[in-house]
Formats: sequence, structure tokens, C-alpha cells
Amino acid sequence: MSYNANEKGYYGEFGGAFIPEMLYPNTEELRQNYVRIMEETSFKEEFHQLLKDYVGRPTPLYFAERLSAKYKTKIYLKREDLCHTGAHKVNNTIGQILMAKRLGKNRIIAETGAGQHGVATATVCALMGIECVVYMGEIDIARQAPNVARMKMLGAEVRPALSGSRTLKDATNEAIRDWINNPVDTHYIIGSVVGPHPYPDMVARFQSVISEEIKMQLLEKEGKENPDYVVACVGGGSNAAGAYYHYLDTPEVGIIAVEAAGKGVNSGESAATSALGKVGIIHGSKTLLMQTDDGQITEPYSISAGLDYPGVGPMHAHLFKSGRGEFISITDDEAMTAGLEVSQLEGIIPAIETSHAFAIFDYKKFEKDDIVVFNLSGRGDKDLQTYIDYFKL
Amino acid sequence: MNRIKTKLQEDKKLLSIYFTAGYPDLSDTVQVIQDLEKHGVDMIEIGLPFSDPLADGPTIQESSTAALKNGMHTELLFEQLKDIRKSVSIPLIVMGYFNPMFQYGVEAFCKKCHEIGIDGLIMPDLPLDVYKNEYEEIYKKYGLINVFLITPQTSDERIRAIDAASDGFIYMVSSASTTGAKQGFSDDTEQYFERISEMNLNNPQIVGFGISNSETFDQATKRAKGAIIGSAFIKHLTKNGVENIGGFVKGIR
Repeated sequence: MSYNANEKGYYGEFGGAFIPEMLYPNTEELRQNYVRIMEETSFKEEFHQLLKDYVGRPTPLYFAERLSAKYKTKIYLKREDLCHTGAHKVNNTIGQILMAKRLGKNRIIAETGAGQHGVATATVCALMGIECVVYMGEIDIARQAPNVARMKMLGAEVRPALSGSRTLKDATNEAIRDWINNPVDTHYIIGSVVGPHPYPDMVARFQSVISEEIKMQLLEKEGKENPDYVVACVGGGSNAAGAYYHYLDTPEVGIIAVEAAGKGVNSGESAATSALGKVGIIHGSKTLLMQTDDGQITEPYSISAGLDYPGVGPMHAHLFKSGRGEFISITDDEAMTAGLEVSQLEGIIPAIETSHAFAIFDYKKFEKDDIVVFNLSGRGDKDLQTYIDYFKL
Repeated sequence: MNRIKTKLQEDKKLLSIYFTAGYPDLSDTVQVIQDLEKHGVDMIEIGLPFSDPLADGPTIQESSTAALKNGMHTELLFEQLKDIRKSVSIPLIVMGYFNPMFQYGVEAFCKKCHEIGIDGLIMPDLPLDVYKNEYEEIYKKYGLINVFLITPQTSDERIRAIDAASDGFIYMVSSASTTGAKQGFSDDTEQYFERISEMNLNNPQIVGFGISNSETFDQATKRAKGAIIGSAFIKHLTKNGVENIGGFVKGIR
């Protein structure tokens, strides 16, 4: 069994392109060209040059000695928090802006929840001098003011999504509607491994630089490419897709996906899609999603805006359904505690999304000799206010 | 014969109206259908509301949100429509998004539509290839016509493929846009109407999106078999409730 997308964009039963005809020409143009463009030598050179000189790659693979001592196993941290703009998101936006240029597009749209992907998109648009419109739920705009300001400072227009629940799901709807209305000159930079084919596969390929580097770095440090486990948090799942990518078909590497349980999986306020979701269609993809019996998409909840999405990328739905991935749900409280612990043991304040991954030790026991790589997907600066409020700092 | 096909054979330009089931009030569904037929509308698209209507502009989004808030859901719509064929004889089409149909069960949904006397379905986010591979037989078994959309960006080759897969009419989206009336059509739209007309497709075309009054209706039906009005009628319902539906229809033709 393969855990990558087939040519129609299916991961097992999940994926595909469930889109209205209005979006067909846009996605079809991308589908026909994305692999070819990504394999062009000039594209690869430009992509890797920017990742190196602009993003600051390769990011370190750091042996977390004190954390390892505490949990009696060998823990490595893949430092995506050190990427320019503070998270892994920029790997994908660099790739997609280069793709958009080669497709002759002169206008970029994006959706954002907490604002990380919006900032990463606004950044590359500034870099390339391309017009940028970011859709963001009205509620998220109010609670993520610093990132809104960053996007504006970078020259992007931030448009409030006023429909539905006015959060990430609705910002995505608005971006898709914009694309329907501007099918010729505009490229839509989706921020995660979600959406219609080819987005999940394309975004996963751009993020796969993470596991490509882990392999080389681990070989250098441990004399072998494969860890025993790779651990990542999953909202839509782009950092996880990148961290798993080159290990998907290596069964001896355990894949651990950490979802946000919010106030508890059965509390009614959760974003644990693997536990609560059913197969359905969201944003053009067949995947697991949280919905009513009647097929209406429901609102998730998590303290972390980046995990606050009612679906999960089709790759992850397939990893869950097939049993290839082990899925663990972590509550707000557990994540916050783990975030504080990593801060004080390693001197690294993680994004709250990432903090969920560090909270698995009560649920997953590792052997002393296990090599466990955590993808430290983002830094916690953007979450300081939430940490301050939570810990009364 | 399927009522849609019979209707398409009539020697006239067809006026089709879309409305959202359960809007403005939950119990208005049947009344709206009956009034539209009484005032000479040729065909009706009954919108099954969805939480995330990607292809719709603000007017239909808001009506969907309101209908869901009113308590509309798939089983209730079928319940409201169960005796509709005792009073209404024009073609009825259910239009919605695929996920609610998928959750209900595609076969169960089609069977129910057949029992009620629904003639066709429009599910804009059910792609052509998935329909052909997985669901065409089920639709046929229950006598349902599947209506596909085309847009100004749809290639001739794909239009031919859609024409071949269609067995009723093609829903011709007037411009690259979400639903919601714009004022008038551009020269590009006229050229697109002409291009499609000259393709001599097997299936007649009915134009939707951007039709809001008699002028746009006449323009759209100059070459096409008919036109569909959605958002403009929803606006009428928002303002007037189920009063004076006849007045709205008379304003169109």
C-alpha cells in the first residue's frame, strides 16, 4: 500500500477534487503542471536557494538533552520554529509563489486562521512584488491583532470573512469564492494539505523538505536515517505531512499524529477530527470531517487557532483509517502544561499547536533507546497573550 | 417520460426559479412551490441548504444559514415534499451540495427523490468523473436527471464530455462568478452565449447566475432554452415573505 497520493489525488478512499465546475479550469491547470514545474531544474534551484538564503534552511535537528532525560528516551527537535516568519508555513508559500509566477499569475489569495499562513503568504508576495489578498474570519481578526498588523505592514490586504462562524473554515470558503470570481489571473495559496487535488499533494511535496533534512541530519548524528518515531501536531496537517513524507513507506518508522481535543474529545468543544469525524466532503476534498448527522459541517474548538479546523488533510485521514499512523488527542490544559515544560527544560517557547505534540508522554511510552523526532512546527511568540492569560504570568 | 424532458420540448423559453427550502420560514417550502407554478414558472430548483455553500454569493448563503437555523434538514425536506405531486406538476429539481446527500446515502437520497416525484438533481460539487464512475447507475435507476454546469472558462472539449454525460439540459453559468445578481451582461458574456450556441450541443442550455430581471432574462434566452433566477427571488422572499410571488414572476416575463 502506498501512503502518497495517486495520480487522481486519492490517498486510499480520501482526496479527489469535489469542486464546482467554476473551479475546474483553475485546479486543472495546476494539476497538469505542478509536478512538471516542480521537477524543472530552474525551479528546484530557485526554491532551494530561497529556502537557504531567505528562510534559513536547513533548520537544525537538535538533541533535546533535558527533555530526553526526563522522559528516558532520545528526543530530537526539528526546529521549524527557526524558519523566517516563525513556522514551517513559509516552506509552502515560497514553493507556491514560484509556482504562481511560472503559471503567469499576478494576484495571490490565501486564507488564514491564526494568521501564520497569512503572514507567510504576505511575506512571499512582498518578496516577489505580487498583489496579495488574505481572507481571515472576522472573529480571528479580532483575536490575532499582531498578525493582522504584520500582514498589513507587508503590504497585503486583509479581508474579513463575514459568513458562517467567521473563522478559518469561512475564510477558506471566501478565498474559494474569490477564486471562482477571478479564475484567470489569480493563484490561491492554500496553507495546508487540504482542498481539492492537487493541493494536498503539492503542499506535502513543498513541506517534504522537513523530512528530507531529518534523514540527512539523523544520519550524521545517529548513523542512521530512520528514527523510531516521528511526532507532529495535526490541524489540516501540513507540518505533519512534511515531517512524515519521506517515512510514509518505511513501516519501521512509527508515525504519531497529535490532534487537539480542546476541552475534551467528548466535551462538544474539540477539534479531534480522527475521533469525531466521519467521511465527507470539505473544501473540495473527501476526507474525515466533523459534521452533523445531516452533513452540515460543524465548528471545532481548540485553544490553538492553528488546529481549529473541522477536517484533516486526506493523507492523514488515510494514515488514520489504514492504521499506519497512531492518533492521539491532547486537551488544551495538557498542551499548555507541555508548552511550559518545554520552555523551561529546553529554553524554547513552542507555538501552542506544537505544544500539543509535547503532551503525548502520558499516552505513549517510549523505550530508552528509541529515537523520537518531534517536529517543532512553530515558535510561541504569537501565542504569548494566550500563555500569559492561561498561566497568569 | 421525465417531466424535465417533456418541458424542454415545449416551444417556449423556460423560466426556472431557485429558492432555498425552509426560507424565509421553515414551513414556506410547499407554499412557494405552489405559488411559483400557479404564476406560470416552468421549473423549480429546490435548494437544500448547506453550511458551507462554496459556489454561492451572500444572498443565497444568508438564506441557507437562515434555513438551517429554522431547522431545515434533508429528512424534513423530504417530509414536506411528500405530497407535492398531488398539487404540482411542473418539473422539480433538488439543488444542493454533495455532502448532505452523501451523508444521507446517495442511493437512499435518490430513492426518496424518486418516490416524491423529483425529476433531477444539481450537485455542483459532485464532479463529472465521480458521477460517471460511482453514481450514474443509481441516478438512472431512480429516473433522475443529473444537471452539469459549464462556465465561460470550460473548454470545448470538456463541454463535449459534459454534453455526452447529460440527458436533459446543461446549466450554463453566465460568468465566472458565485451566485448573486450583477447588473447586465458584458460583451464577453454575449460572445460566450454565441460560442455555446454554435456548438450545437445535444442538450439544450439553461442560463443561470446573474439573471435578475426581464432584461437579463431576455438577453440570456436569446440563444439559450431558458434561464434560472435565484438570488433575485431570494431577495424578494426576504423582503416580502411568500406574499406577491405572482408580482415577482410577472416582472420577469
